[in-house]
Amino acid sequence: MTDRSRPRPGPPREYRFPHFTRHVLSNGVRVVAAPVTKLPLVTVMILVDASATTETAGQYGVAALTARLLLEGAGDLSGAALADRFERLGAIIEAHANWDVTAISLTVMRSRLREALALVRTLVREPTFPTRELERAKHERLAELLQQLAEPRTLADDRFTDAVYRSDARYARPEEGDPASVRAITHDTVRAFHASTYAPAGTTLIFAGDISEHDAFELAANMFTDWSSPPAIRPANAPDAARTGRIVRVVAKADAPQSEVRVGHRGPPRTVSDYFEATVMNAVLGGLFSSRINMNLREVHGYTYGASSAFEWRRGAGPFVIHSAVKSEVTGDAIREILLEVDRIRDVAIGAEELSLATSYLDGVFPIRYETTSAIAAALANMTVYGLSDDYYDTYRAHVRGVTAEGVLRAARTHLRPEHLQIVVVGDPAVVASPLETVTGLPVDITRPDEAALPL
Amino acid sequence: MHIPIETFRLGNGLTVVLSEDHTAPIVAVNLWYHVGSANERPGRTGFAHLFEHMLFQGSANVGSNEHFELIQRAGGTLNGSTWLDRTNYYETVPSNQLETALWLEADRMGYLLPAMTQQKLDTQRDVVQNERRWSMDNQPYGTWWERLPALCFPPGHPFHHSLIGSMADLDAASLDDIAQFFSTYYTPDNAVLSIAGDFDAATARQMVDRHFGPIQRGAARPSLPDMSVSPTFGGPRREVVADDVMLPRLFVASRSPVFGSDDYYAASVCGAILGLKKGSRLFRTLVREHEVAAEVSSFTYDLTKGSDLLVIDVMARPETSPENLETQVHQQLDLVVSEGVTENEVERAIALIETDLVVTLQSAGDRADRLSLFATYFARPELINVQTEKYRQVSVADVNAFIDERLIPSNRASLLYVPRSAAAIRSSDELVLEGAR
Repeated sequence: MTDRSRPRPGPPREYRFPHFTRHVLSNGVRVVAAPVTKLPLVTVMILVDASATTETAGQYGVAALTARLLLEGAGDLSGAALADRFERLGAIIEAHANWDVTAISLTVMRSRLREALALVRTLVREPTFPTRELERAKHERLAELLQQLAEPRTLADDRFTDAVYRSDARYARPEEGDPASVRAITHDTVRAFHASTYAPAGTTLIFAGDISEHDAFELAANMFTDWSSPPAIRPANAPDAARTGRIVRVVAKADAPQSEVRVGHRGPPRTVSDYFEATVMNAVLGGLFSSRINMNLREVHGYTYGASSAFEWRRGAGPFVIHSAVKSEVTGDAIREILLEVDRIRDVAIGAEELSLATSYLDGVFPIRYETTSAIAAALANMTVYGLSDDYYDTYRAHVRGVTAEGVLRAARTHLRPEHLQIVVVGDPAVVASPLETVTGLPVDITRPDEAALPL
Repeated sequence: MHIPIETFRLGNGLTVVLSEDHTAPIVAVNLWYHVGSANERPGRTGFAHLFEHMLFQGSANVGSNEHFELIQRAGGTLNGSTWLDRTNYYETVPSNQLETALWLEADRMGYLLPAMTQQKLDTQRDVVQNERRWSMDNQPYGTWWERLPALCFPPGHPFHHSLIGSMADLDAASLDDIAQFFSTYYTPDNAVLSIAGDFDAATARQMVDRHFGPIQRGAARPSLPDMSVSPTFGGPRREVVADDVMLPRLFVASRSPVFGSDDYYAASVCGAILGLKKGSRLFRTLVREHEVAAEVSSFTYDLTKGSDLLVIDVMARPETSPENLETQVHQQLDLVVSEGVTENEVERAIALIETDLVVTLQSAGDRADRLSLFATYFARPELINVQTEKYRQVSVADVNAFIDERLIPSNRASLLYVPRSAAAIRSSDELVLEGAR
């Protein structure tokens, strides 16, 4: 047999995150330009300080609806006409609001950028929110909520969120609103939300791709300098108050062949000081394919197709969640293994091999994350939304490499709190309730999907 | 758009495609084996995919799950996927780690069997059965994956049966099956290796020679049975499925020209006209104007043998009955047949497709995968560079010719999902907005 000894890699070639430059228009609109000349494509992302956490109580979902409706009528163009104009340019346009920001994202061939961006200008600044389109968007959101009742994955996510946060916290409710709040939204609500949040002072334009800094700044100035509106109002609120007390909940789906499992609690906000330690800790626990939880549940026990854990990073304290879908009969066993893994990573420092696997992965994969113009724009958007320093991406890899096993242990002890873990299972109560009670030693609360999702 | 391509073949029959791009220190390795669920024998549905899982369970010089660990330790991403007529395995790694990826792929192509054990097979069988539950059995509408091909290809046709496989067939898979499948299909002369990104061609060639060169060519493979089917169904087909779903959903599939044929491009453009994004015909009419649907999309399977399928996928709004959904979708398709499409619609579709082709080429992994695709199916990886041109040549007349021949009622297979439970009907009443139709 030929020599099958393992190859040794040479030194890595140097990589730098694309260089970018900042600029501020006279009306306060911020511009970031990252020229990347690989292919004749440009992505422009417009960030607006309007999000689920800037909504007023009773209007939950208005940020998402407003973003979505930007594409449904603007200036003298109807939604159908707007779609046709963008698409004849081959432009990919999307508008979404999440917990922290509204992002309008355009990807287009360089030669058609000016024309496409002029359309974007109109929809950001002069949306018309036609009543018919608003009603249709509301219907579609309600249809989505209805679908969720039969969709174990999203149902589990939704019921888990509800178990983690206090019922009056914004994070406890769906990002895009619940049936009652969506029904209550009117044309006036949307218009008022747009008027009070879409403003130059809270807006950032990010250009990534085949465009020079000069051209990007000039385009931005042409389209957005003559925009004035009152400064954005950001209501002060605490979106992330956690529920007190443990919940072990089964959302009933009779005869389910599999249980959708969520285990977790409130995690830290994105700006937490030991972000890198927490990230490496999570990679070892459940972030990587080779992580402890996936290896245990999938490769040792064959309970599941996959199991993972994640911090959902937000400005506020987003959830930490472990998720899996396991064969119904082993639901109790799977939860026991998950709880053991949480205890284990808090008890003893991880080994050198585990640490180096996680850090060398996060270090090495860095350039692979920024192959596309939209990925680069999204990275710059993160920087803007979470207030990361300008050298954040240049120092990212050194920070990752600097994480120690002791730092990881500290992060595990700080950010994982077994006594607060909430457990939600969408599955067959006849099969899973009793094992869950045995494993957790806590009473099991059995609910129905429609009781959980529909307002009383 | 033109990407550089260099192709050569090793003595053992392995086709190798190289495409350099030094913009970032990243390289993608991509292997296609020309085998998929179509090659499975009766009683072994799902085996090609189960086998894909076993390829991550180690080989002569690689421990169980070590493939994943070594690539992730190298700072790379990886996976594999199984399709009706091919299986692929791929890694994207920092460019200095190219040889590690090649060594790993060569080890499992050449020396897999010593690492196979009954315990590993039993565990992966459990994992795959859980994958089936997750993606299909416990997922609303999930069974469309196996129902639609079964509806469109006759029993016994290699595309008729389930790709993920039945629980019973998965239970029946043995280590003997693994050995036989491996020696039959996982041979260098049945594979294409593509490398795209930051590497030096001469060095890469030496690495490929070193690691793949010693692997033995395979014996003759059993050929697939005759895959040909008539160009149309010859009459409408229909299946109604009562499922644990809240909203009706309709798939309409038409037999269409195989991927790679000249006529394929008109079919693909027609699909984009009907269901790609908000400016599409069906979005405009069913979602925006008639307000009977919540979502619309379309896609082609991109099959290269027998027949391709063009599929329309429409999700109803809560107040739309299954019957109404079906009627309205077919009415729109009938209108397209009677009126044809416009210049404007064709231009819109081609503009979107062109952008998508360029967007896809940004990533080394996608480039390598497309090169493997064209090399596997047509022995012409350079076809990657003429796709835009092929689409630009599609005219209104081409699309209308496709429509006249293939979008007609006698070439439509309808797969309609309807909510099973009375609870769904009750909840749906509550969720309908006041004043709605």
